[in-house]
Amino acid sequence: MDKAARASGLLHRVRRAAAGGPPGHRVWRLPADVDTDALAPGRWMKYSAEVIAQHCLESLRPQFALQVRAGDVIVAGANFGIGSSREQAASALVHLGIVAVIAPSFGGMFYRNAFNVGLPLLVCRDAEAVDDGEFVTFDLSEGIVRCVADAAGREPGAQAPVFRCEPIPPLLLELVRAGGLLPQLKRRLPRAAGMAP
Amino acid sequence: MNTSVAAPPQTLAQKLIARAGCRDHAMPGEFVTCRVDLAMCHDSGGPRRLKPMLAELGAPIWDRDRVVLVIDHYVPAADEDARRIVRIAREFAREHALPHVYDSVGISHVVLPQDGHIRPGMLCVGGDSHASTAGAFGAYMLGVGSTEMLGVLVSGEIWVQVPHTVFMRWSGRLGLGVSAKDMMLSMIGRFGVNMGHHQAVEYCGEAVSALSMNERMTLANMSAELGAQVGLIAPDDETRTWLWQAGQREIELDGWHSDEDAPGVRHNFDASTLAPQIALPHSPALARDVADIEPTAIQVAHIGGCTGAKLDDLRAAARVLAGYRVDKRVQLLVAPASARERDTAEREGILRHLQEAGARILPTACGLCAGHGDAVPAESTVISSIARNGKGRLGVDSARVFLASPYTVAASALRGRITDPREVLWDSDSETVH
Repeated sequence: MDKAARASGLLHRVRRAAAGGPPGHRVWRLPADVDTDALAPGRWMKYSAEVIAQHCLESLRPQFALQVRAGDVIVAGANFGIGSSREQAASALVHLGIVAVIAPSFGGMFYRNAFNVGLPLLVCRDAEAVDDGEFVTFDLSEGIVRCVADAAGREPGAQAPVFRCEPIPPLLLELVRAGGLLPQLKRRLPRAAGMAP
Repeated sequence: MNTSVAAPPQTLAQKLIARAGCRDHAMPGEFVTCRVDLAMCHDSGGPRRLKPMLAELGAPIWDRDRVVLVIDHYVPAADEDARRIVRIAREFAREHALPHVYDSVGISHVVLPQDGHIRPGMLCVGGDSHASTAGAFGAYMLGVGSTEMLGVLVSGEIWVQVPHTVFMRWSGRLGLGVSAKDMMLSMIGRFGVNMGHHQAVEYCGEAVSALSMNERMTLANMSAELGAQVGLIAPDDETRTWLWQAGQREIELDGWHSDEDAPGVRHNFDASTLAPQIALPHSPALARDVADIEPTAIQVAHIGGCTGAKLDDLRAAARVLAGYRVDKRVQLLVAPASARERDTAEREGILRHLQEAGARILPTACGLCAGHGDAVPAESTVISSIARNGKGRLGVDSARVFLASPYTVAASALRGRITDPREVLWDSDSETVH
């Protein structure tokens, strides 16, 4: 994670701790095979990502968009984001403040799209042991997810479960550090002066 | 003895990426930057998303001649929002003077090959998951989201991680009333919706060679439902003939096939024992033999979408329905995949057969399958020839959508309940019994 993201993650944890909450990312536990129609329902696709985000996962967890908080993470079963190439499936999560998705496997197009919009994904076979409402921390470059508190905010003590993830390819780490493809392109491309539309 | 070091055998997928990456070999797992031969955008994920980002970058499109814009999702525009989206797409086409624009003439995955944009050996990107359809022609076409498309439009390049290949070898011949859709549903039922893990699937064997190009497109198209990056079929004379009719006269077939010892996982199937398949709500992976499901009454039968309403799909439905009327409790909706296919179907008398059977002919667009137009009735049971049936796919969460071949959809419309098409098809020519 780059400095800004790390700082905002830290800030978030500090705020949460100050508010009396545990120092980690609250987990939304989702089942296997959550598809892009569940993340960005077809009938809302004509609207902006902000509007789509309000309907994100409504067929599965009707309260999700209302209750999710900035800094939360999703831990899901296999095949998260299968289905369509629609990028809004990933950008809806970004809009809602989700900072990472952890799952044993992802839909291929969703995987590319998520990194392109700056949402890191961690491929983790064992994280399914994590329960809804628990709190975790994660390290992208090391590929590690740690449980830091249960749903009631109690810290697990010395035997805190630690899950190892598949390493994220350097190319994609770079993308996330840049904040996604658009900011990366902005930095790389010389801005063409007076270019027709 | 030949002491020269032989090049390692490669899959078709490896060869296609190697060519686009300007190298001799591409090994599975490697990241390769590829030159893009063609980029397809449509009105949903295209201009309305790309325009503001392009403006933000202030960069030009790398090569307009390699960009194809298809307006197929929000047409005919049903409301003000749809009109706005379509207007943005048309303005974008004008502002950038795009030479290849297909407006309201059909679904991109069918229009693209039909109008001669796809050739064996190409590496393409499409702003849609079913872009994989081009694999039927031996082209590598990657489905991408809007931001990734932006990257392609300004650079002409895309990175690809070279996939492993899963070979699906189908021996034998398909029986009467059994089609590529049944092959596909049986594979998804067996391997699940993410077997591919974004790897490549290659379909081969006698039964695949015997398929028409339309049928091969069904296999390549629904590779997306297997979770594959691409679904390839090595091009052959059938490909050449079809593309020749589409105006492509210079087709290179040589080399566009997997080497004999190419690495990969191999699965074998027998087409001759395959029965018509049906996928239960709400996943294509819930596939089984039509004959094995309990009696299920339907209210809507739908033939549409990029995978289920091509000319051969319309022919299959007409073969079941010609001379009969659908059950009076069933609404039969037919949305031909392209205007050209609809016109051909009209000339062949197929459209008339379908209309006389009670079909309502819908516009040649994504329509229902993209969540546009009138949704199917709430709580209804629907059988459709589209590619996926996630909850809410046809506009309402409460609808139960079954997926099946056009033969099975038509037979079910006829009987008012889910029906194995072999119950209503005779083997002799086009005679049917009911």
